[in-house]
Amino acid sequence: MRPKDTIVALSSGRPPAAISILRISGTGAHRAAAEIMSTLPHARVASVREIRDPHTGDLLDQALVLRFDGPASSTGEDLVELHCHGGRAVVDALLSALVEIDGVREAQPGEFTRRAFDNGRIDLTEAEGLADLIEAETQSQRKAALALAEGGLRRSIEEWRERLVGLSAIAERAIDYDEEDAAFDSSLSRESELLANELDEWLERPRIEPLKDGVRVVVAGPPNAGKSSLINAITGVDKVIVTDIPGTTRDSVEVPLALGGVPVQLTDTAGLRETEDDIEAIGIARAAKLVEASDVLIWLGELDDAPSHPRLVAVHAKADLPCRQAAPEGALAVSSLNRQGVGELLKRIEALARTVLPSEGQIVLNRRQSALLADARGELHSAALARDVVIYAEHIRHARTAFDRLTGRAGVEDVLDSLFGRFCLGK
Amino acid sequence: MYDVLVIGAGHAGCEAAAAASRRGARVGLLTFRRGDIGQMSCNPSIGGVGKGHLVRELDVFDGLMARAADRAAIHRRVLNRSKGPAVWGPRVQADRKLYQAAVEELLALDGPEVIICEALRLRLQAGAVTGVETSIGLLPCRAVVLATGTFLDARMFIGEQVIAGGRREEATSIALADQVRELGIGQGRLKTGTPPRVDGRSIDWARLEEQPSDEEYWTMAAVDDGIARVQLSCAITRTTAETHEVIRSAFHRSPLFAGAIEGRGPRYCPSIEDKVKRFADRDSHQIFLEPEGVDDRLVYPNGISTSLPAEVQCEFVRTIPGLERAEIVRPGYAVEYEFVDPRALDQTLGAREVPGLYLAGQINGTTGYEEAAAQGLVAGLNAASHALGVGQIRFDRRTSYIGVMIDDLTVQGVNEPYRMMTARAEYRLSLRADNSTTRLGAQALDADCLSSRRRRQIEAHLAARSSDAWGETLEGRADALYAPYVERQQREWEVVQRDCRVWIPRAFDYTAVAGLSNEMVERLRAAGPENLDQASRVSGVTPAALSALYVAVTRRAA
Repeated sequence: MRPKDTIVALSSGRPPAAISILRISGTGAHRAAAEIMSTLPHARVASVREIRDPHTGDLLDQALVLRFDGPASSTGEDLVELHCHGGRAVVDALLSALVEIDGVREAQPGEFTRRAFDNGRIDLTEAEGLADLIEAETQSQRKAALALAEGGLRRSIEEWRERLVGLSAIAERAIDYDEEDAAFDSSLSRESELLANELDEWLERPRIEPLKDGVRVVVAGPPNAGKSSLINAITGVDKVIVTDIPGTTRDSVEVPLALGGVPVQLTDTAGLRETEDDIEAIGIARAAKLVEASDVLIWLGELDDAPSHPRLVAVHAKADLPCRQAAPEGALAVSSLNRQGVGELLKRIEALARTVLPSEGQIVLNRRQSALLADARGELHSAALARDVVIYAEHIRHARTAFDRLTGRAGVEDVLDSLFGRFCLGK
Repeated sequence: MYDVLVIGAGHAGCEAAAAASRRGARVGLLTFRRGDIGQMSCNPSIGGVGKGHLVRELDVFDGLMARAADRAAIHRRVLNRSKGPAVWGPRVQADRKLYQAAVEELLALDGPEVIICEALRLRLQAGAVTGVETSIGLLPCRAVVLATGTFLDARMFIGEQVIAGGRREEATSIALADQVRELGIGQGRLKTGTPPRVDGRSIDWARLEEQPSDEEYWTMAAVDDGIARVQLSCAITRTTAETHEVIRSAFHRSPLFAGAIEGRGPRYCPSIEDKVKRFADRDSHQIFLEPEGVDDRLVYPNGISTSLPAEVQCEFVRTIPGLERAEIVRPGYAVEYEFVDPRALDQTLGAREVPGLYLAGQINGTTGYEEAAAQGLVAGLNAASHALGVGQIRFDRRTSYIGVMIDDLTVQGVNEPYRMMTARAEYRLSLRADNSTTRLGAQALDADCLSSRRRRQIEAHLAARSSDAWGETLEGRADALYAPYVERQQREWEVVQRDCRVWIPRAFDYTAVAGLSNEMVERLRAAGPENLDQASRVSGVTPAALSALYVAVTRRAA
């Protein structure tokens, strides 16, 4: 095996936490770990060790140490895990002590996964699952990613692929070994339709994007309806954690929130109205798109003007104003000023947002995966319509290719590009 | 001094010698007997689904096979007529004697010198081929095409009887066979078989379903020599429950099941005892009775190849309707032979480690005349390019079945006799038997290996494509039928081309790629892929291994 740098990184969540896990991977991992403790434990035997600074000999922490010998480790290389106390200072001290050691450096984002992938420990779908896992911020995100990483998707794909290969085999036999030149076997059409329908069911499942990027909750309505005030009121609620500094795009404001563990991307939009101002028109067009792409829509305008949307919360804003005391039926009276109705609004948003999230532990697809599955489904539907076995076989072949691309068996460069693009490699 | 010496005058050897000659090389074709030239040692037919495609492609380069088949055709049939034109398979039954005569005649036109002798050993200097030691002395040359078919330690089986050494070459092949093993490219043993030949006069034709020749006249070759023969019919019959009973009760006498044969047989062309054993639920198998010639009493019963004892063959044949009084002229037999690992060859069919050595035909683990002939073309063209310093001719999967076959052989290798099938071609909808000139015409013109007559035919064909009337031709209509699919395949091909541009250096050290298991290293090293696309087709190579390889190769290049 080619010698590589030895890398170290905090592998658990950001401190402070009860326990933090540091991982050291690479040919020098065992040597480096041995420098900060008396003796390295036996492989796969959890042992408590005092961790000391290699230069000063100062005690840094007492940690549980796990040693793995490559290739039987998650990265395929020699690996050491330090389960230390999760204080920021402890973690920082351990990290600095380790990177001081010759040949050890801090890992790039995704580098552990990349090494596992390079070393043949995982395939692409699993690598994607791990990528999601690393990015996962909330509990349910973690579980969805875990299901993927454990190869759940791969197993389903394998099963479908086998059925596809079976269909191909029948078609190919009819083409290459049919001395009697028989008529088209219509059971082929039925089988491919059946498989297509199964893929349909999968494609209708919730996707992973709402989990990762947050459920898209869009606040829309005419200008001056009180959208921005409402957003401020929401973000000001104590139990709502604003997880990032609000950034602005040209015409909308996005605030990532967690509502009762549900990740939400709250978006303010330009007011929707007829306009002759060009720039405002662009903003309005964008707003219309955002509304269309939203998972949950909070509408602040007249009920009759509300866009049709499967998850709509109609809000009667500025309920503190004397002229707006009575909310029309079906609209929730909310005042951003005295916070009337804000709690109820949050509850409704959370409830609706939950419906677009996958249930815990369910395998969910990301955009690339669902696009490829949709390709395969399309090919299967087309195959079902074909009456020439050669055309039929062609569609089935394409469906198979789509599956192969899912697992990285074909179009290698494409798939790698899209996967490793997410890890900022090579910086 | 010869530019190219071709050892063996079967279908591969003849095409190789002719192709090298057409490129301007001085060629010697080494054979034991003049009578061996162009022999059809198994079924008397040329073409079929996939195979017919190969013949048409070979024809674009002025190959011998299509023209010889036309001159000898006594029955024509396009298979798969009810399906799309992409998989129509032109096939002719050829009169065995006429076919041989035609090959010899056509060969003479191209001008290789036929040398009657025994090839004993290749002369190598500094690892490269410099000549062939023969029974008539040393013949110096710049390149050699080894097209010796099943010569490597062949054994014939008829029941308990084993005829060691196989055919007539026995005495002389051993030295050459040893040398091939010394070169380290020998792989293992394969098996194939042939049915008993029946005297046509003892067949009750009147009782059988007739399969007439196509009413419409067509030719294999794009240039019609206009030599037409009487057209004969074939007939169809089937095995019966009684046939299967006779065969089943003799299983213990089959060298196949008794373990005498270790070589792997073709799954797609099993012997009748294999069919009866493996498909026990089927109570009947189809048999085509194919006449071997106009004035030949022999009939080839296609579908019952066997290595059962001669008396069992006689007994089961006579349970078949129409064959109740059949006289067996020659019993069927199985042949087991050694073959070379074609992964040791590059895409020109040149041995990667032995400059100047080319291999073509059954020695590479293929089966079938058409497969052999097409390889002969590739090896001949490229042996000439090696000897004369002219351009290599490579075929790709996008534009020819020849390309598919060469790529499959040299990248994936062989573990059962390799036969062409359309299923092997991912660009099947573009690779039709009727558009071979369109696909390969320009390349053939560039290869500088054509008669002036062929050159004119290709130029005329390519010019006709841009005429208004093109859409009304058969080929034009088929083009239109598949146009949307073909466009899409073109885009697919462009993606593949990206992986093709990720080159793997010739002496690449796979052991240095982190994470490749020993198994992967072995598979990749044996296949020696030239680029990532080829690596992706090496059998058993996992996605993870491929990704690791990609990363290693691109990192190296960076």
